[in-house]
Amino acid sequence: MERIYLDHAATTPMHPEVIEAVSRQMGEVFGNPSSIHSFGRTARHVVDTARSTAAKSIGADFNEIIFTSGGTEADNLAITGIAKAMKQKGRHIITTAIEHHAVLHTCEQLEREGHEVTYLPVGEDGQLRLADLEEALREDTILVSVMYGNNEVGTLQPIADIGQLLKDHQAVFHTDAVQAYGMESIDVKAAHIDLLSVSSHKINGPKGIGFLYAKEGIALEPALFGGEQERKRRAGTENVPAIAGFNKAIELAASSLEEKRELYTGFKKQLINILEDKQITFHLNGTLEQSLPHVVNLSFPGTDVESMLVNLDLAGIAASSGSACTAGSIEPSHVLVAMYGKDSDRLRNSIRFSFGLTNTKEQIDQAGEAVAKIVARLTNK
Amino acid sequence: MIYFDNSATTKPYKEALSTYVKVNEQFFGNPSSLHHLGLQAERLLFESRKQMASLLGTEAENIIFTSGGTEANNLAIKGTALANMHRGRHIITQQTEHPSVINACQQLEEHGFRVSYLPVDSHGQVSAEDVAAALTNETILVSIMHVNNETGAIQPIQEIAKLLKNEPQVLFHVDDVQGRGKVPLNLENIDLCTLSAHKFHGLKGNGVLYKKKGVKLSALLSGGNQESGFRSGTENAGGVAAMAKALRLIEEHRREHGERLRAVQQFLRKELEGRQDVIIHTPREGCAPHILNFSVERLKGEVLVHALEERGCYLSTTSACSSRQKKTSTVLTAMGVPKEIADSSVRLSLSYENTRQEAEAFIQILKDTIPTLAKVQR
Ligand SMILES: Cc1ncc(COP(=O)(O)O)c(C=O)c1O
Ligand SMILES: Cc1ncc(COP(=O)(O)O)c(C=O)c1O
Repeated sequence: MERIYLDHAATTPMHPEVIEAVSRQMGEVFGNPSSIHSFGRTARHVVDTARSTAAKSIGADFNEIIFTSGGTEADNLAITGIAKAMKQKGRHIITTAIEHHAVLHTCEQLEREGHEVTYLPVGEDGQLRLADLEEALREDTILVSVMYGNNEVGTLQPIADIGQLLKDHQAVFHTDAVQAYGMESIDVKAAHIDLLSVSSHKINGPKGIGFLYAKEGIALEPALFGGEQERKRRAGTENVPAIAGFNKAIELAASSLEEKRELYTGFKKQLINILEDKQITFHLNGTLEQSLPHVVNLSFPGTDVESMLVNLDLAGIAASSGSACTAGSIEPSHVLVAMYGKDSDRLRNSIRFSFGLTNTKEQIDQAGEAVAKIVARLTNK
Repeated sequence: MIYFDNSATTKPYKEALSTYVKVNEQFFGNPSSLHHLGLQAERLLFESRKQMASLLGTEAENIIFTSGGTEANNLAIKGTALANMHRGRHIITQQTEHPSVINACQQLEEHGFRVSYLPVDSHGQVSAEDVAAALTNETILVSIMHVNNETGAIQPIQEIAKLLKNEPQVLFHVDDVQGRGKVPLNLENIDLCTLSAHKFHGLKGNGVLYKKKGVKLSALLSGGNQESGFRSGTENAGGVAAMAKALRLIEEHRREHGERLRAVQQFLRKELEGRQDVIIHTPREGCAPHILNFSVERLKGEVLVHALEERGCYLSTTSACSSRQKKTSTVLTAMGVPKEIADSSVRLSLSYENTRQEAEAFIQILKDTIPTLAKVQR
């Protein structure tokens, strides 16, 4: 049985060229970038090159990239770092109800420490309303954190509009672009983004590495103290092999962006067409238009998540109930709750399919057939 | 090439490397995913956790994987401070700790904690009596490193552990980043212990915080509640598997080649002691087998390091973390070494792969190098 991996939003396999880049680093240039000898200097060069690549990929400057251990750390550093650095200017933070837990749980932690957080609602399309944001904005708001594209349903947020709105406000604008990066073309300057989180393992790079873009001049209290790495904003010996792999992954992602967008948007439509052809009853969670190309989340009335996932897995198809982080428990998705209310049956019968590197048209056909068969069986049709 | 800078970072074992590649090719799933790829990754992570635990003589549930030694030290210190501050706000550490301990403590001072930075003697060692004397009703944490990264001095961990056994409200954290795989350490009476994979031939970006059952800790990273909620973020299963492999291998090497390593160090020490112009800072007794810190009089450490590099020998000035800043070593200063001599210091750090032949070659190169530099400097 061919196994079909449709869970690229949870994590992606490393691209073969990335594995090669990482292996080369580990075997040859294993130095510590802080060392002054040639091993150190070569390692430093690897880190600097990657920093340039990362900066260029979002229209940022070299010094605005802080390498972290991943998306979670980047989100934590952005939010806690601003909350602490700006506490003289206010204690109010605005975010949305559909953020990743790396953002939500960090905000909850700050609430326990005396900050005030507004969680903006979203519509059934998964988007926040700018008017809600405008209304929530106060003089003492110090941070607005709105994700670029959602990891469960793929909804894109009006990032440029938010940037525009906040341009003349003291509040710093952070966006979690972990899912959008590599899929959407991002220009932090044009969109007036101050902080942006990226994770390597979502773009066929190694796990354990990511970056936070922090606009020049933004005051950020570091979370990790120690050596003076990352211009004192993130202590710890740099993960050079992973950074080398990340560099390769960013290059590959940037050069294939248009091609991937087209391909995955095609996959999405193909999957939906197959299900329609087979007269399967389903609803799209979110919209096709305002959505990341690689994520599609479907509700199948009359089924339940557990049996769907078990049956899909038996059929060799790896999909997910939502974000991998919460999947372990299968608690109702906070994203779907925000979109459809806590009583919606979509909370119990929705499946996320997410596309990536290894997927082919044939695989999508196969997966579509299998999904249709399973849904028909589970709903006794 | 003679690589004598293993305290800055080590070359990953081939086996660790291939484990990493294999895991990422075959089991790349997210351990939190419910499908088979996720389950495979989760199983692998659990196996690595069990293996790490058994190598450390503890249970799997006591292992928290982190992004390295710096994060583990920050988590240990700030995490216990936050979780226990209702009981007191006093912390005890000592002056020659790694910056990831010192600076974390300084950050806590800004947030209303009181920190005692105990002095060390001329051997770089803190005394258990000083720790005892510094204890107050407010003390919640004692953080003392096992092996110093600049001098190799071993701290009296068991003595302090014994002392703290009578103080159940005081947690004991040990930074064992430099000691692991080189100097055995029993975790029995230790509450928290930090390891970093790239110092024992694993991969950068991986570390461990050992946390004894029942020890209260606040997380530094919030999110998906991985690592039992103590450390959120998608797990790096490949890096973790490679770390477990590397620890197993270095422990084997320690048992098989431990004496050889000590002999290489002794040889180097004897040769260096024979020189009038050399001052050795690594204590003769109570030091790890892999580090030798010394000064060549009237030669800047940096100048010597670069000159040796030109002849194929890799050493470092102080610890890698501060070596780019050209500051006087705070470790040597704390030991009472005068600034001028401290600025001449270089650190030589060995691995089990280094040989007597390399040591002999190094001594010869050093002999040849010093006169050429002395001329330049005069
Ligand atoms: C939107 C989003 N933010 C943050 C994260 C966390 O990133 P990481 O897994 O690198 O910690 C993820 C993925 O898990 C995500 O999908
Ligand atoms: C004693 C000691 N503690 C902590 C660290 C930090 O570990 P890492 O490089 O994994 O962040 C180091 C090494 O730099 C060290 O030597």
